[in-house]
Amino acid sequence: MNKEMTAAQVVAQLEDGMTIGIGGWGPRRKPMALVREILRSDLRDLTIVAYGGADVGMLCAAGKVKKVVFAFVSLDFIPLEPYFRQARQSGSIEVMEIDEGMMLLGLRAASWGIPFIPTEVGLGTDVINQNPEIRVIDSPYDDKEWVAMPALKLDASLIHVDKADVRGVCQIAGPDFYMDDWFARAAARTYVSCDELVETKFFHDPAQARLVHWERSVTTGVVPIAGGAHPSSCTPLYGFDVPHFKVYAASAKDDAGFQGYCEKFLGASEEEYQKNVGGLDAIRAIELPTY
Amino acid sequence: MTAATEYTLAELCIVAASQAFVDDGEVLATGIGVVPRLAASLAMKTSNTDLMMTDSEAWMLSEPNPLGQRSADFVPATESWMGFSRIFDNVWSGRRHAMLGPTQIDRFGQSNTSALGGTYEKPKTMMLGARGFPGNSISHPNSFFVPDHNTRVFMSGECDFVSSIGYNPARLPKGHRLDDVDIRLVITNLCVMDFGGPDHQIRLVSLHPGVTAEAVQENTAYPVHVPADVPVTTAPTLEQLAIIAALDPHNQRAHQIKDNPPGSRS
Repeated sequence: MNKEMTAAQVVAQLEDGMTIGIGGWGPRRKPMALVREILRSDLRDLTIVAYGGADVGMLCAAGKVKKVVFAFVSLDFIPLEPYFRQARQSGSIEVMEIDEGMMLLGLRAASWGIPFIPTEVGLGTDVINQNPEIRVIDSPYDDKEWVAMPALKLDASLIHVDKADVRGVCQIAGPDFYMDDWFARAAARTYVSCDELVETKFFHDPAQARLVHWERSVTTGVVPIAGGAHPSSCTPLYGFDVPHFKVYAASAKDDAGFQGYCEKFLGASEEEYQKNVGGLDAIRAIELPTY
Repeated sequence: MTAATEYTLAELCIVAASQAFVDDGEVLATGIGVVPRLAASLAMKTSNTDLMMTDSEAWMLSEPNPLGQRSADFVPATESWMGFSRIFDNVWSGRRHAMLGPTQIDRFGQSNTSALGGTYEKPKTMMLGARGFPGNSISHPNSFFVPDHNTRVFMSGECDFVSSIGYNPARLPKGHRLDDVDIRLVITNLCVMDFGGPDHQIRLVSLHPGVTAEAVQENTAYPVHVPADVPVTTAPTLEQLAIIAALDPHNQRAHQIKDNPPGSRS
């Protein structure tokens, strides 16, 4: 089955009001080209589930978001994501604020088709008090109460990987695949952008196949976009773009705001975007981060 | 072991904070931020060589990495993969001790990393979010580092948003005991504290040189339990300072406490 498609075709399959999971972590390996295609679209009222970075900030700034399910939204070296911050402080979005691990459990429950997973994570804190839809239940096996972390069912997930074939075999060769396997499984449809499209025989080497973290039946569509994670990182191919993130963060303090950022960079297509940020070679030359 | 006579306040805090890990045994030590990371690294190099540590990305290390840019030929001492999803398997097993720097710490030891002021729907200042604090706080021991001890951090009332569980009877989950909560040391630019006072009250453990108990109380919006005999925080040894310098070759520790004051202000 050939699952190759364009970013525009992915966005055409999304609908207003959908719950969309976004893979990656903070400024790391975010499907930013797919996010940019949403920015260029008329989509709105989205619920976003993410270990958030500029993906969440940009979608909030563009008025695409009704609700964010999050544990953090951060650019790491710029700890507070500027546009998520504006959205929260203006009260313009609803939120479900949970613990990082609770999000993992919610994605697992959705992946496994069960309504919740019991955990003690969240007890005694405001992630329970501020989320009345997250229930605390008695256990049939002990006298304690437990958080019943509900399944986070996703209508669609957007993920960026290093390499994929047209059948949806996806490789993440960087050191961490984060929770992307669970985002892929928790969604009714999973769209994956990749830096490089490869032939299926590439995976015949077990060392390469070992870096595939979900089976191809989970992948709905494959979108080849070299540099598609920019300005987030796609280790080992490129790091995150520190100067670009600084410009992005500074734009939140300008009068022109996110509109100004978009006019300068977004463009009508990914080709235009990459031209506006210095080209693919410049993206591929960005140094990997040191932790 | 020779006590140093000249050291910075940050170095004193690193050495004091490293004490938090001494009796931990074989657990994952996670220090978020320069001082906590150096504290955990120093402990792993000296007082508790059984500690485990990650590279803050996706690998477990047999030796802590020095902070910041490393030379091109540097080879990290990786010993296993430890991506973020596996971190939670460790967290929920309890075999971890994290040291973090929340924005607020109330009298119950509850902390806030999420939002300040306004309403929850429209906070005045949005911060990071709850991150992993809820899970950390109910799963394993935690310590705190506060570079600027004041009444905005150690504030009156309850945290604007409770990110981590503390010793608050009103929030104690059914079937749990307050003693299940395990907050270890609170290291600040003024002193070391814990929650070992009567009924888990915050308690002074040691005062940094030249700091009085009165100064600690003035900068804490709730009563601090002061034992009859409060020692001065132990000065770093020359050996400890050398290890810290090797772990922090770019001297990032000089930028962690305002104006990088000397350790002894007497």
